[in-house]
Amino acid sequence: MISRKDLGLLILILVVGAIVAIINPRFLSPINLANTANLIGLFGLFAVAQAFVIISGGIELSVGSIIALVGVVFVDLVANETLSPGLAAVVALAIGALIGLVHGLLVTRVGIQPFVVTLCGLLIYRGIARYYTEDATAGFPFGASFPTLEWLTAGRFYGVPHSLIAFVLVTIVMSVVLHRSVFGRHLFAVGKNEEAARYSGIRTTRVIVAAYVICCTLTALAAIFIAMYTRSISPSSHGNFYELYAIAAAVLGGCSLRGGEGSMLGVVLGTILLQVLQNLVNLLGIPSSLNFAVMGSVILLGVIADRQFTSVGSRRAAKVPAATTTPAA
Amino acid sequence: MNASILSANGVTKAFAGVLALDRVDFAVRPGEVVGLVGENGAGKSTLMKILGGILAPDAGSVGLDGVDLPRLTVASAMAGGIAFVHQELNLFDNLTVAANVMIGREPVRGGPLRLVDDAALERRTAPLLAQLGADFAPRTPLSRLSLAQMQLVEIAKALSLQARVVIMDEPTSSLTASETDRLLDVIGHLKARGVAVVLITHRLGEIERCADRVVILRDGRRVAELAGDAIRADTMIAHMIGRDLKTLYRAPAAPPGPAILELRALRTPYRPERPVHLTVHRGEILGLAGLVGAGRTELARAIFGIDRPLAGEIVIDGRPVAIASPDQAIAQGLYLIPEDRKRLGLMLDFPIRQNVSMAMLAGRSAATLVDLEEEEAVAARERDRLGIRAASLSLPAGALSGGNQQKVVLAKWLALSPRILVFDEPTRGVDVGAKSEIYRIMRELSDAGVGILMISSDMEEIIGVSDRVAVMHEGAIAGLIERDGLSEEAILSLAVGRRTR
Repeated sequence: MISRKDLGLLILILVVGAIVAIINPRFLSPINLANTANLIGLFGLFAVAQAFVIISGGIELSVGSIIALVGVVFVDLVANETLSPGLAAVVALAIGALIGLVHGLLVTRVGIQPFVVTLCGLLIYRGIARYYTEDATAGFPFGASFPTLEWLTAGRFYGVPHSLIAFVLVTIVMSVVLHRSVFGRHLFAVGKNEEAARYSGIRTTRVIVAAYVICCTLTALAAIFIAMYTRSISPSSHGNFYELYAIAAAVLGGCSLRGGEGSMLGVVLGTILLQVLQNLVNLLGIPSSLNFAVMGSVILLGVIADRQFTSVGSRRAAKVPAATTTPAA
Repeated sequence: MNASILSANGVTKAFAGVLALDRVDFAVRPGEVVGLVGENGAGKSTLMKILGGILAPDAGSVGLDGVDLPRLTVASAMAGGIAFVHQELNLFDNLTVAANVMIGREPVRGGPLRLVDDAALERRTAPLLAQLGADFAPRTPLSRLSLAQMQLVEIAKALSLQARVVIMDEPTSSLTASETDRLLDVIGHLKARGVAVVLITHRLGEIERCADRVVILRDGRRVAELAGDAIRADTMIAHMIGRDLKTLYRAPAAPPGPAILELRALRTPYRPERPVHLTVHRGEILGLAGLVGAGRTELARAIFGIDRPLAGEIVIDGRPVAIASPDQAIAQGLYLIPEDRKRLGLMLDFPIRQNVSMAMLAGRSAATLVDLEEEEAVAARERDRLGIRAASLSLPAGALSGGNQQKVVLAKWLALSPRILVFDEPTRGVDVGAKSEIYRIMRELSDAGVGILMISSDMEEIIGVSDRVAVMHEGAIAGLIERDGLSEEAILSLAVGRRTR
């Protein structure tokens, strides 16, 4: 059931992991593994979210700003005991859903390009987050403790970070939604050929709006986990560039920015590869200033390699025309 | 012949084994207006593409200034002074008129900086526009012009290239009567300057008015040439028709039932001033004939909810229905098999089974799971029923032949239960064998009580398959012809806007 693309990615992860482990055995130490797993969980949550919008043929650039805005609101509500942590989480998710709804309606009803809508979102939510805390760092007062919330979001289960468990659960549910549900089928159809989907009776507007709502709600969920992991949020830098991690993970995982292509497994593998690369930069003593450069180069090489394989594949297919159309008999 | 600027000599061209042109002779002399007429698919556009250097002939030669060449290239045709004014205008609506006229040949200033010299650009364009009697300035943005004005820009561009032959492909098809008059004046003006014009049009009245000669094509053959007073619409029609139509017709099992689809004074955005009245009965195949641009596809789009009708009623089974989007049409059991199969009918990259289940799943709740066994079973059932020849239902639909692709589109709708099916050019790009299978399926469906509206530009198909034929002309139904009165002449007369009775 695993596609060739995903298999290639998996092999790449194993090869990179093996090389890092050989050069620096600390890669496989329990502390490092748990740390990396936590980061995979946190980044994976909003990478999976991004995939839905990318498959619809759009893009969501405001991820980092949503993480900052939802983060400061959530921490503020909880720290000041305005709301119970449970209700605060509901508010946080509702903010995400509302943002997604607005983005979806602006894209479909008003007809603005997703890039523009979400770029404006990136600026607006970052601004609101900074205004909300008057540019101060949001955090918990000294000695404040919310044991249940902390255990749920930042705790461990037999050493496995709960963020990773949440990511696995979300991924399983979202895999079913994307690959098995009627909605998922509609999403792929709309992303691939919106006109033909419409001519088949699919209500394309609803599908696209739903993709943004799912994306932004899941991003808000990620924001809660990230806020509880960092515990203090500086609204001007919290979550900066996270949208790019999400897009990078989705593209590495086989999503086409033209829409209509991608898989949950691919996005998961893409997220893992990115975090392993981050880890590699740390463990191999590469100056951390080169972090982005390493990531960018690997993604570029991956995409180039993929294109080469695909064009070789299609050239081979072209050499045997009609073979695919012969009757079954 | 020696005085001709441009000529086709015994030109033959085939596409995928089908002859589009069969030993056609055609010549243009300086300062004459030559009409070129024929039915849809008679070979007019192919001939013009060969004269414009876009296509190479399989046999025969092209003469330019008396020199016989095996073919022209676009560059040599342009250098020889041959210019096209296309149906789809090749203009940039983000530039000004002057920039469009001089595109690729902009005057420059500023030495190595090569800046565009806008003043010179406009200076050179202005006299051309004046000659054509244009009522707009060179610096006007193209996006502000009407279609008729854009055509003048195309003609000005041709003149700026020192064109000696201007080929116009259906230049008046979207123009109003007064705009058409203006264009015919411009053609007279070009003629007076010694520029030859080749006019391809379905509007025979225009040929009567301004052509010196007219060449008539039928089935890729040159069947007649008329000159001077002999150019009359009825004579042209007589030459355009007369194809040898094979008998395809299968009679319905029972006489048609009550009306299933009625259009009452339906006004579409395409031709809002021309309301459409039309009735399709249960168990009949109603052919919808007309020339390209008559508004048939636009009517189908309006019925199916792609474009919202501006006024009028759609009545299904006696009840007026509101159809604002395709899913609402589908909920009424009204389905469209679109003309542009690859873009609108199918997901070419998706497996056959997913294409077949597409409409079925569109009606399901988004929160349910796809029943993969059901999907497989439905796809297999429709494959067997329609005879879709594919090695596997997992193959992408794009890997199939045209005929099998069309069957997949049909299967998508048969997986539901159709009450009304609108076919837009059902067998375009479909091979002969699959064609007759599609006709058989259409008859089976109509015998089962489905009302079928079949838009077709293929005369053989219209006459061979329809129980009745409605003919569209400039956005409205020009007339209805019963089965026993069906003839090419009757259809064509209505299609070009001439009343028979």
